[in-house]
Amino acid sequence: MKDNLFGKTLQELEEVVTGEDMPSFVAKQLTDWLYKKHIQQIDDMRNLSKKNISLLKKKYQVGLIKHTSVQVSVDGTKKYLFPTANEKFIESAFIPDKNRATLCVSSQIGCKMGCLFCMTGKQGFQGHLSAGEIINQIHSLPEFDELTSVVYMGMGEPFDNLENVLKSVEILTADWGYAWSPKRITVSTIGIVPAMMRFIEVSKAHLAISLHSPFEEDRKKIMPVENVYPIPKLLDSIKSFDWNSQRRISFEYIMFKDFNDTQKHINELARILNGIKCRINLLRFHPIPDSPLASPDEKEIVEFRDRLNAKGIVTTIRTSRGEDIFAACGLLSTKKLLKELDSEKDF
Amino acid sequence: MIDPSKHKLREVIVKNRQEIAAGVFVFSYERVYSFTSGQVVAITVDLTDEPRLYSIASGENESEISILFNVLPEGKLTTQLANLSNGDKVFVSRPFGEFKGDEESAYWIATGTGIAPFVSMYYSGLGKDKIIIHGGRTLRSFYNQEVFQKAYGERYHRCCSGEKGEHVFNGRLTDFLKTQNNLPIDFKYYLCGSSEMVVETRDILIAKGIPFNQIIAEIYF
Ligand SMILES: Cc1cc2nc3c(=O)[nH]c(=O)nc-3n(C[C@H](O)[C@H](O)[C@H](O)COP(=O)(O)OP(=O)(O)OC[C@H]3O[C@@H](n4cnc5c(N)ncnc54)[C@H](O)[C@@H]3O)c2cc1C
Ligand code: SF4
Repeated sequence: MKDNLFGKTLQELEEVVTGEDMPSFVAKQLTDWLYKKHIQQIDDMRNLSKKNISLLKKKYQVGLIKHTSVQVSVDGTKKYLFPTANEKFIESAFIPDKNRATLCVSSQIGCKMGCLFCMTGKQGFQGHLSAGEIINQIHSLPEFDELTSVVYMGMGEPFDNLENVLKSVEILTADWGYAWSPKRITVSTIGIVPAMMRFIEVSKAHLAISLHSPFEEDRKKIMPVENVYPIPKLLDSIKSFDWNSQRRISFEYIMFKDFNDTQKHINELARILNGIKCRINLLRFHPIPDSPLASPDEKEIVEFRDRLNAKGIVTTIRTSRGEDIFAACGLLSTKKLLKELDSEKDF
Repeated sequence: MIDPSKHKLREVIVKNRQEIAAGVFVFSYERVYSFTSGQVVAITVDLTDEPRLYSIASGENESEISILFNVLPEGKLTTQLANLSNGDKVFVSRPFGEFKGDEESAYWIATGTGIAPFVSMYYSGLGKDKIIIHGGRTLRSFYNQEVFQKAYGERYHRCCSGEKGEHVFNGRLTDFLKTQNNLPIDFKYYLCGSSEMVVETRDILIAKGIPFNQIIAEIYF
């Protein structure tokens, strides 16, 4: 099996070329072809010598992966299905909106974190995506040229796959890569603190934290991670960084009826977020099969937003997109496409 | 290289290392910090690697901290831990985490090494009014089974998916749970183990009428 060049950083490509006795500047030529000129195969790298092309082709391929299907929502959202190296599948959601277009990318196949409200969590975990597989969702998107931003909010917990996520952000933002501004990228986490701290230190992309309740005991009931990295530890870590620069931190808050939607929650949110320059995005809950949770009605969500704004926390309601094709937040899952491997279970 | 002071890691000496079943090990080290049962520590053997988390499997008042782990064939740390001998050094963090038990009536449901926090809670005096369901692949993998059998009798259920045994349910823990009717809705249900087990078990409990807010889970992600 040939190794993929696509998804490697400049440093990794330097190791590839020097390993083949080529001069190290060839690595820069490779990044140009891979990330700026969108070539499909090594033969297309026209400024490489024939000898170098044939050397590379012995062990490597470009490694781009085409989507295998696409579903289109009535609201224009598109859900793409990509195969992965381990013969599983991932989904990405393309969300056009007036003069903006966002791609929601996956970072893992399934997820280990088991959040009660999430379809990906119900699917379980089938593997990490390589940096190439993460970037491929962007690069191989037919609407690549329309993209204004990318959010790591698809399948998986990005900070459970930190190295590949960091590499993918590096390729997107480096001069030798896509040279995007980090302001076009948001990585969303449920708060795996050690990995999050590393991300904040080494990357300049925006950060979104899935909070969903300001109370530790309540958050535990819907997000097992709260037992390991509880809200106070999470927020203390965040407060140790300066968020006054261009970089944004936001808190995602899915609204659940009679669970996290009262004045008590507003007061507590205001208390715990005091001192952090941030915003809150309210999300409507999209019910998943057999879920014990429900969404409040529209009026209650609007009131909740207004009361948070009145407390001085900039709060918006995220428009639900692609609900009819299960592309909306928390609905991504490729479970139906998996062959059940019962023997892998330890119980 | 990890900065041990930043991660608050401390060097400790491995003691009482034992393989309790194929690929399942327990070892201990001298307790330096106090902890609450249910908490975890971060452990690494090599300071160039990110530490992994392990539940404490001993009581709050014991002089040693015990760690129960199973080896993942391609796992970075567990393959190193499996090769340790008594007297070797490992780096450990202060205990942390909020997966805490209490004195209320509860089910303790675990698979594999997920039994560790419940062993700790038991030896810390929280064992009263509990029902234990433990799933594992082999009959030897039920850590602390002699003690639990004596203490709980009929209220201690072992579910073994790989072998048959006396007083052991032959099958998966989730299959056993499906056979249980009239599960009390006012009990708490503590789950600990892999995400697959937690997600499947939680779905079964909810389908059986247990309110989701009575279910607390620790996932070994
Ligand atoms: C709160 C908490 C407490 C824990 N307590 C314990 C404990 O008491 N005992 C114990 O043995 N372990 C425990 N763990 C797990 C432990 O932290 C390590 O993850 C585990 O021991 C593997 O470490 P490793 O370095 O050997 O494997 P790694 O080198 O980290 O490799 C494991 C690899 O397998 C992948 N992987 C994990 N699960 C799956 C899966 N289902 N399918 C496919 N790939 C998978 C991982 O993502 C990773 O890439 C706990 C984890 C957490 C979060
Ligand atoms: S919400 Fe995110 S972290 Fe939680 S289960 Fe879903 S994908 Fe995983």
